[in-house]
Amino acid sequence: MFKNRLFFIFLLLLPIVGRAELTVEVVGGAAQQIPIAIVPFAAPNGNPTIQQDNITNVIGADLRMSGLFRVLETRGVATQPHMISEVKYNDWTAIQAQALTIGTVEALPGNRLKVSFRLLDVLKQNQLLAMEFNITQAQQRATAHRIADMIYEKLTGEKGVFATRITYVNKENGRYSLQVADADGFNAQTVVSSKEPLISPSWSPDGTKLAYVSFEKKKPIIFVQSLVSGQRIVLANFKGNNSAPAWSPDGTKLAIVLTYSANSQIYVINADGTGLQQVSFSNGIDTEPEWSPDGSSIYFTSNRGGGPQIYRMPASGGDAKRITFEGSYNVSPHVSTDGKLLTFIKQTPAGFKVAVQDLATGQVQTLSDTSQDESPSFAPNGRMILYATSVGGKGSLAAVSVDGRVKQRLKDSGGDVREPSWGSVMN
Amino acid sequence: MKKSLLMSVLLAATLAACSNNAVKDKPAAPVVDSNASTQAQSNAASNANDGASTAGANQDVAAGNPLKDPNNILSKRSIYFDFDKDQVKAEYRPLVEAHAKYLVANPNAKVVLQGNADNRGSREYNLSLGQRRSVAVKKAVNLLGAQDKQIETVSYGEEKAGDCKDEACYQKDRRVDIVYDND
Repeated sequence: MFKNRLFFIFLLLLPIVGRAELTVEVVGGAAQQIPIAIVPFAAPNGNPTIQQDNITNVIGADLRMSGLFRVLETRGVATQPHMISEVKYNDWTAIQAQALTIGTVEALPGNRLKVSFRLLDVLKQNQLLAMEFNITQAQQRATAHRIADMIYEKLTGEKGVFATRITYVNKENGRYSLQVADADGFNAQTVVSSKEPLISPSWSPDGTKLAYVSFEKKKPIIFVQSLVSGQRIVLANFKGNNSAPAWSPDGTKLAIVLTYSANSQIYVINADGTGLQQVSFSNGIDTEPEWSPDGSSIYFTSNRGGGPQIYRMPASGGDAKRITFEGSYNVSPHVSTDGKLLTFIKQTPAGFKVAVQDLATGQVQTLSDTSQDESPSFAPNGRMILYATSVGGKGSLAAVSVDGRVKQRLKDSGGDVREPSWGSVMN
Repeated sequence: MKKSLLMSVLLAATLAACSNNAVKDKPAAPVVDSNASTQAQSNAASNANDGASTAGANQDVAAGNPLKDPNNILSKRSIYFDFDKDQVKAEYRPLVEAHAKYLVANPNAKVVLQGNADNRGSREYNLSLGQRRSVAVKKAVNLLGAQDKQIETVSYGEEKAGDCKDEACYQKDRRVDIVYDND
């Protein structure tokens, strides 16, 4: 009875219609932005190389989007170096650059490209990074994201997240589609689409699968789908609702929510759909399970004390400890990868907002300037929080830095976008 | 206090429903009988009900489907809730009782109780809340004698909610819809 049905969805692999392209717009920025100059990459002889995507522009857009960099205009600068021997540091101190990126893109036989770049410290006049990539035409954007990640990490000391992916649900023309896109909103691909709602996508820790809830059978059922093959299995289709899937950090299990006993309770199930075990036992709603990064505990939303609050319990079940105390409505917990911060949605007099709580001190900060926020999730480096909100009556995505200073709006081409989740793995 | 009062009313109604069971073998007649008694009971129980359902109106019901008769309380299918609450409010007691009586009198009738929430807060929490609301209505209907096999509960959470910005709009989305399988 608890067995999974395995089937292949060839239809889902057909070309896609109605996907949203997201573009990122940055509002605000860090107090101290690093001024960086990026000279457009060219062939070693200085001639422009034919590029499908402009690698230099992608690197610049990534760094700008982070809010931590001021990308300087380089067009008026006398020298346009591509090789380290061509660099005249005085030209770059003159425009107050602290860092300089130069590089070359060379066409290779077999329609391949050789991309090399260097990151230079303008003040110390030395090289900080140098790297070479041999890539296909299709890997240009991905390579640009990787270069941006390396620059970001070298200059800020924390990991970049430009080469990561996000997932979200787009509702357009009465159809729901679950999409996966690069972190900058490009390369959106439809994973599955349906006339009925799709909610709660959750990344497997290795980034190869998504678990999600589909109402396609007129009730919520949990599916797990491979992003590689498109193949999917029914993870949970028990009596009542099957919802809120969350992968364990080792990828072997998922915490899910069933109303098997009429009331939403948390269960743990193996990733192949076997070994169902109830772990929460309350008379209230227990939902939105979320594993701690070490896999030892599960954070979740419960209204056992009246209104919904966030609790934590051992992953195998047992006594739950209340975590949020400020306000009467706190939902949708997500823990940073270092386990130190909790983000969630908090009802405030000004609406439903993204908040962050320091798990050691209990201190809470409301971060967003929007008021109908849902589904917050940390970027893999813990710096930004991606969430859904409503702008002009339309669902859209936004991100805010954990210090509240950098705010991004992910603008889409036309759909109603919701239920985002930031993947934890570089692609 | 309030709860025990509601309980005793429900129990009384259950007993009334049981006494009607004697006639349930005759499908056509009991429907009218039970409707008539439901109607009387509802009007007595709640002044909120308009007095439109007169004896004359009930005669029309005998000919048509009481579930579709706009003058019959059975045509009212939605129970509304307060924000983040799953308690069935007293003003909906007559409505719940009427549908329970109909189910008791028509053991082959089946309903789906569809729980909904407004679009604020989390989709998953609202899915659970919608489920609690549909189960709350099911329990009330069960208590009045309707059988488990006649009632299915489902939640759409906030997935069917409108694009609301104010309370007047939100409150319409916080509801359980009673949908008969032959609707």
